[in-house]
This record gives sequence, C-alpha cells and structure tokens, in this order.
Amino acid sequence: MDEKIYGWWLPPDVSVHGAKIDQLMSVLHWFMALLFVGWGIFFVYCLIKFRARPGHAALYAPVKAVATKYIEGFVVVIEVFLLFGLSTPVWLAYKNDVPDQAKAVHVRVVGEQFAWNFHYPGKDGKFGKADASLISGDNPLGVDPEDPPGKDDIVTVNQFHVPVGKPVVVEVSSKDVIHSFNIPVLRVKQDTIPGQQIPIWFQATKPGHFELACAQLCGLGHYRMRADVLIDTPEDFAKWQAENAPPPPEAPAAAAPEEKK
Amino acid sequence: MSVEHHSHGNGHGHSQEGHGHHELSFWRKYVFSVDHKVIGIQYGVTALVFLFFGFTLMMLMRWQLAYPGQPLPVIGKLLGETAMPGGVMAPEFYNQLGAMHGTIMVFLGVVPLAVGGFGNFVVPLQIGAPDMAFPRLNMASYWVFLPGCILMILSFLAPGGAAQSGWTSYPPLSDIAPTGQTLWLLSMVLIITSSLLGSINFIVTIVQLRAKGLSYWRLPFFVHAQLVTAFLLLLAFPPLEAASLLQLMDRVAGTSFFLPSGLVISGEQLKVAGGGNPLLWQHLFWFLAHPEVYVLILPAMGIVAEVIANNTRKPIWGYRLLVYSVVFLGFMSFVVWAHHMFMTGMGTTMSTFFQTTTMIISIPSVVILTCFIMSLYGGNIRFTAPMLFATAFLPMFAIGGLTGLPLGLTASDIYLHDTFYVIGHFHYVVAPGTLFALFAGVYYWYPKATGKRMNEALGKVHFWLSFVCMQFIFMPMFFQGMAGLSRRLYDPTVYAHGRGVQALNVVISLGAWGLGLSQIPFIVNFFMSLKSGVRVAENPWNATTLEWAAPSPPGHGNFLTEPVVYREPYEYSVPGKATDYSPQFQAEG
Amino acid sequence: MSETAIPWMVKPHPVTGIPNGKFGIWLFLASEVMLFGALFSSYVLIRTAAPHWPPGTDQLSSEILNVPLGTFNTAVLITSSITMVLAWASCKMGNLSRFKMWMGATVLLAVVFLVVKYFEYADKFHHDHFPSHDNFFAIYFVLTGLHGLHIVGGIIVNTYLLTAGSKMWNTDPEHFTNRVENAGLYWHFVDLVWIFLFPSLYLL
Repeated sequence: MDEKIYGWWLPPDVSVHGAKIDQLMSVLHWFMALLFVGWGIFFVYCLIKFRARPGHAALYAPVKAVATKYIEGFVVVIEVFLLFGLSTPVWLAYKNDVPDQAKAVHVRVVGEQFAWNFHYPGKDGKFGKADASLISGDNPLGVDPEDPPGKDDIVTVNQFHVPVGKPVVVEVSSKDVIHSFNIPVLRVKQDTIPGQQIPIWFQATKPGHFELACAQLCGLGHYRMRADVLIDTPEDFAKWQAENAPPPPEAPAAAAPEEKK
Repeated sequence: MSVEHHSHGNGHGHSQEGHGHHELSFWRKYVFSVDHKVIGIQYGVTALVFLFFGFTLMMLMRWQLAYPGQPLPVIGKLLGETAMPGGVMAPEFYNQLGAMHGTIMVFLGVVPLAVGGFGNFVVPLQIGAPDMAFPRLNMASYWVFLPGCILMILSFLAPGGAAQSGWTSYPPLSDIAPTGQTLWLLSMVLIITSSLLGSINFIVTIVQLRAKGLSYWRLPFFVHAQLVTAFLLLLAFPPLEAASLLQLMDRVAGTSFFLPSGLVISGEQLKVAGGGNPLLWQHLFWFLAHPEVYVLILPAMGIVAEVIANNTRKPIWGYRLLVYSVVFLGFMSFVVWAHHMFMTGMGTTMSTFFQTTTMIISIPSVVILTCFIMSLYGGNIRFTAPMLFATAFLPMFAIGGLTGLPLGLTASDIYLHDTFYVIGHFHYVVAPGTLFALFAGVYYWYPKATGKRMNEALGKVHFWLSFVCMQFIFMPMFFQGMAGLSRRLYDPTVYAHGRGVQALNVVISLGAWGLGLSQIPFIVNFFMSLKSGVRVAENPWNATTLEWAAPSPPGHGNFLTEPVVYREPYEYSVPGKATDYSPQFQAEG
Repeated sequence: MSETAIPWMVKPHPVTGIPNGKFGIWLFLASEVMLFGALFSSYVLIRTAAPHWPPGTDQLSSEILNVPLGTFNTAVLITSSITMVLAWASCKMGNLSRFKMWMGATVLLAVVFLVVKYFEYADKFHHDHFPSHDNFFAIYFVLTGLHGLHIVGGIIVNTYLLTAGSKMWNTDPEHFTNRVENAGLYWHFVDLVWIFLFPSLYLL
C-alpha cells in the first residue's frame, strides 16, 4: 500500500462520483476563503483606523452601508447555487442512480464489533440465506450451508475485493451497534444501522490497495475496525473469486474459507 | 472562594413595603440563597470549575493522540491500572474521556456559565429588576443542577467506567454500555430539569419585570439573546428528557425502544423483544442538540454586543437587524436537526429539506457577524482585556461558521461527516468563539460582581496566549478532516491516512497543553483581584446599560432608587454631550 | 423566603394581563407539551414501523388493555378537572370551606385514578407483561407511567394547597387564589394528556 499518497488534504479520488464531490469542496473552500479574507481585511482595517487615540472620537450616526446588502445578497445567491447547483445533483446521483442489478457486482457488508464482514453471492449471483442462530467463529454471518444459493457464497473478514471499472452495489448493515462504512479514496460513507440494509454504490476508476475505516464510534475497538480495500483489475478479481469460492458440493463443510491476500 | 456582599447603601430596592431586614444566616446568604446574584456566582464558579475539569480530560486524551501507546509519565500511574494499564491509556478509558469531555463542556460548563452564570447575574440588573421573577425556583434550579453534576463526575467510579458512547450516546452502543451510561442518563435528567426551571424564570422575568421606560426596543442585545436562548431551552430540552427516559428503560427495564430485532453482540443473540429503531434516539437527541448549539452561541453574541458597544464608544450597528436575526435564528434552529444525520440512510426528500433549512439558517448568522464587524467602523476603540476577547470572537466565529457550510451540504458531508473537520468546525465556534466571549464577560462584569477590577496586564497575557494556542489546536484539525481522518479514534495511526497527518497531532497536543498553562494568568488574576484588586465605583467602564447604575457589588434589591429608563441602550458619543456616554438610567441633563 | 418584593407576583401585569405565576405555569405547560409530544411521536414512529400492532400477538390493543377501566378513569379525571375549577371558583367567591371541599374531591378522584392504574398494572405484571415484553407494553408503561408521575405531582401540590398552603388565605387571599388557578391549569393539562393517551393506547 502506497503511504505517500496520504498527505494533509484530500487523498486521491479513485471513484466515478468523487470528482464532483472534490469540485464542490474546492468551490466551497474558495468561497469561504473569499468571505473570510474580505471580512478579515475590513475587520483589521477598522481595528487600526478606529483605534482610540488622543483627539479621536467615535461617530454616533450609523454608517449607511449599501455594500453589506450586496454582500448578503451575493452570499445568498452563492449558497443557492452551492445547494441546488452543486450539492443536490451529486447527492441525488449518489442516492438514486443505483446501477442496474445485472451489470453490478453485489456485496453485502455487515459490520460488527470490531470487524467488517463481506458477503459475496458467488457465481450464481444469489445470496444464500443467513440466520443469526448459525453464527459461529468461522461463519460470522451465519450463512446457511443447506441453502442452495449459499453454497457458492464467499464470506471474507476485513478483506474487500472489488473490480475496477465496474459498478459495485453494497448493502450495508450491522450485527450489533451502529458502525459506518467509510472508504475515503472512494468518497463513500454510509452508516450501518442494525436492523436495516442500506444500499450504496460506487465505481472505482483505478486499481490499488486502500483502506476502509469505521466512521461511527462503536466501542473500545472502534479505532481498529479497519478493512483492506483491494481494487482489482478484472483479471485479478476473477482470479480472487475463483480461488476463494467454496469447494464443490461433495465436501461437507459449509463455511467459505477466506484467504488473506 | 467567598464573595464579599457589602451592601453599599441599604439596597432596599424599589419594593413598595419596607420589609424588615433580619440578618440571614451564612447558609441562607451564601449557600441556599434566593438572590439572583449569589445564584449567578454559584453557577458561574461551578461552571468554571467544570470547564477546567472537562478541559483536563482532553489534555489527557491529547497525550494518547500525540504519542499513541506511550505511557504517560507520572499521571499515568496515578489514574490506576484499569484506566491506564502500565501508564498507557486503555481504549475504553479514551472513549470515556471523550464522551465526558463533550458532555461536561457543553452541559456542565458553557451553558451553566453563559445562562446560569451571566444570565442570572446580569439580566435582572440590565432590566432594572430587584431579582428574578421566581427567586426560590431559581435557587431550586441550581440545587437540582449541582447534584446532576456530582452524579456525572461520580460516574467515573462506576464499574466499567463513565459513559463512553460519545456525548451523543447513540444506541445500540449506549444501550449495552456499562453502568456509567445509566448514571449519565440520570445526571442529564437532573440537569435538564434544572435548565427547564431556569428558562421559565428567564422568560417571565424579561417580559414582566422590566423597569419603567424599558421597552423591548430599548433592551440591551444581551437580554434579547438570553430571551431567545430561554425559549430554545424550554422547548428543545424536553424531547431529550423523553429520549433519556426511553434509553433508561432500555438499559434498566429491558425494553427495546432503540433495539431492532436480531442483534448479535459478541456472538450471542441479544435476548430482547426487539422492534425498536436506533434512529429514533438520533432524531430525539438532535432535536434538542441542534437548538443546544444555538444556546451555546447566543449568550456569547449577547456579551460580545455589550463589550463592543462599550469599547467602541458608539451604538451597535444594526441593532434592530440583530434582534430580528436572533429571533429568526431561534425559530430556524428547530428545523435543521437532521443535518447531523445525513449519513444514516436518509431519503433524498428529507435530506434536501434539511440541507435547505441549514443553508437558510446560515443567513442570520452572517447578518449578525456583519453587524458586529460594522459596529467597529467609526468607533473609538479601546483595547481593554474584555474587548480583546470580544473582538477576537468575530474572526473565530467566522471560521467556525464558514466551515459549517461543507458539513451542511450533503455531497461534501459524505466525505467530511464524522471526521476531524467536524471537530475543528464546532470547536472554533465554541472555544475561541463562545469561550472567548465568556472570558470577555468575566473581565467586563467582574467589577460589578465583586467591586474590584481585574488586572489588565494579566488579562492581556491571558488573551494572547490563549488566542495563539487555540489556532495551533483547531486549525490543523481541518487538514486532518480533509485527509479523511475519523473522529473518536483511540489510535489514528492504524490508518495510512491517519499516519499521514500524525505530525499534526503533536502540534495540536502541544497547543492544548499550552492552552491549559495559558489559563494560569486568568486563575491567578481571578483570585488575586478578589483580595487586592483596585476598588471600583458603580460604572468603571463608563457604560450605558442599567446594571451600571447599581452599586458594585449590588445589595439586596439591586438598586438604591427605582431605575427608570430614558433612552436606547448604546447611546455612546452622542453629539453635543459632555461625556461620550449617556446611560439609559440618567435623566436628561 | 424572598427578601425582595417582586412586582406582579399577585396583580396582573398591565401589558400581558397576567401575574408572573400564571405566565410561568403556561411556559411550563409548553415544555410539557414538548415532553409528551416527543413520547407520542416516538409511539407513532414505533407503531407505524411495526409489521403489525400490537407486535407478537393477534389480539387488539382494546383486548389487551382494559377499556372499561380506562373509560372509568377518563370519567374520573374529567370530573376531577371540574371539581378543580369549582375549587378555584370557591376561592374567587371568598369561600374557603367550599374550596377545601372541592379541592378535597379533586385529590380524592386523583387517588382513585391511581388506584385503578395500580390494578391495571398489577394485572399486567401478573401475566408477565412487563415493559420488556414488547414495544406495545414498553410504550404503554412509559406513557401511562410518566403520566401517572404527573398525577402524583398534582396530588402533592393540591394536597399542599388544601392543608399547609391554605394558611396563605388569611394573609393574601388573592395570591392564594392565583396559586389555585395555576395548579388548576396544570391539572387540566394532565387531564388533557390522558384524553389523548386513552384512545391512542386503548382504543386504536
């Protein structure tokens, strides 16, 4: 994993919708800087020009400030633009434009204290049923070994493989408390609420090895609730899937083995 | 600390019947007093103690953040093997410090000082009243508050430690947390009750007990701010009280208000009925907690207005605009709460609504800040200690407010939610914002409360040291947030993006410890001036508002003669007058 | 005891038209509306999110909860509001003994209400229906329990006015009458909350 890409500002963006978010950030911070510098200059000017000194007196009559009305108006106009011109379209796309079921890679992500479980549906594209009563050390999601669609499912812990260039639809949930599925380089974040499956999507633009960091206080292990995010080339992703698929049905064992890559 | 209550003059006030003056016992005079000034000082001193205590918790946390996993010299051993095994902070202790720092600063520190302290002491004086409308209720509200505080602190001794689910106490985490969380909830019930009693008192007092001639448009802005604040406290706190009750039931009676079905904790299925929703807590909590942040800022804006008018020697610019803005702000504060919940899976309709209201609420804040900056124009500015703090408030509040914009817009909030950017944002508003305004208030009204002035030189040292340290603490946090660093992390170096900004953690921690040391001149000044400060008369600042008509300190009933108000609150530098201030209470002369 | 005399403690303020205490109690009631409102909203959210209500049983709310007893209690509280008004009216008409009779009736009716609630709760507990049983019982016990605590608070205040507090009649009857009126406003509010609670928990 390349440490050098992490500095004091936004990390590289490797997602399809990230550019618009980064653009909004940029516009916002220029706007904020403009306002602050503008106010600041006037502020410092007043502090110097109107400091108390012998022979100097204050002006009782209120200064007619036409400029302030224009500044307020300008601020309102910019905020409307930021809201409806920049933020809302990005947000609506992020929330509503969930890619077509057939073309996307589906993953179910279940957070728990203090690990990330990733459930892939395998070659049949269907998720096996899961039951809380089946949860055990090597079956963290309680995938039912008897359920046919579940026989080719892959479950990994703290290893999130996704192919580059393909949309990925993730349904996030939690076993216990609220966590938050957060991958900074992909510009995605979604709270994982127990009892709910919340879909989000993204599409990676560059392969690489990145990190997922839980972003909602979830207990004493919150700080170490880290997962490896491996954005694979299509070939590498296929290879990973094949290597991690559970053995064919003659083997009695049900739980999917995980290989740390 | 004892406050000398010399009754300069008999302080009969303007009571109609001459009541007999029997001497009160020490307990009735200084402890169980119904006098708003004593109660104000009780709140103020209690709050200052808790501000320092809450800050100490953070100074401990900053060691772990700057040097993760390193034993803390000397202090580490003192805190015991559970909290600091081998002198190294345990993650659960870190989480306790975090939750308690936030809770204590907000509920035991800033609000009690701003409202309980300054509100109680100054408001009746500024409106020319002999006391609050319900003096005994006032006393009751302090004596419900203090046990709440003590219970909160004692919760550190509970098995498993104090509350450790953030000051936000989100379930299910808070539902399954150790006993300290139950104590947190019980303390909050007491503190909320105290606040409700107080807010009733403020509203009735301000509406009913104003002196002759003191119409609403002649009220000092500080009083307007406290009136709006009181309404926020009155109406916004009960839902949190309700939520606390529900969480108590979940924890103690086994209900599932916030627990959905099928929870598996550490491999075991949780044996509860289920059917609850963790988001219900969030809605109820933030319904209070958003107005709460305006409770944190409004009294501060009030203080800044008073100090700026007094030290620029001219009326506040845009007084009416300020009043309209602060009232509008109060209303809007009730309809923005879910901007804290954008990442919970909220639908687009709801999130668009809350984004819009959040953008709208930024407008009155911008207006208020602009009015204050405009107030400097054309002034004759004296840079006294209170004025330094009040002036610095302006750019600090600007930074805090402006950095709220990326957080209030959902698209940028995707990235910035729950990062250090948020921490930088709200701390700029509350720390070099509100806290500076509160310091300004202390320096400004200390002479009124004690009859002595604080030392100016020490005040200036306190200001400059604090101002510089604040920047070193909170400015780097924006960079940490932009780098994607999550908040509430015991060890940020687990993550590559955390390691990338770890150097800043050392800077921030040094700044925090520096800020701690910077309070020494203030503490020394506070106590030293009580003993040997320069004595002052009623109006050492040559100010115009009513509190400066009373003796310093005022006696029972506050005023020697019934105050009458003849003019607007900030008539400084009126052309043609002999002095550069025309007090409200001075008849034409 | 207050050292300083506060204006408008007894006489109505010339602009607002009410004395301080009455203003105070209205503000308190506003906060109570927010408190019970938050709980009612929680009830609505929990109930609408549940697949069926009451959860975990085929019975209706009106079959689980005792509607006849609830109806009786509603009548009891409404009557107690009437006796409360009569108590205040007696004060206005200068009749202390009448006041005591009507206030006594109010307190008695409030106690009857609590006794009925005791039997209701005891029956539920007997059948192992504690708040933890499911969210129906959870919200039922919280709403009626908090309401019950408010009844207790009212009983305490009204009993005080009936006994030690009534001494004020001798020195300042107008002030005393105001206190009775304020207590009455609180009592009507507690009654009103029940009038919302009863249909929404028992009947719907």
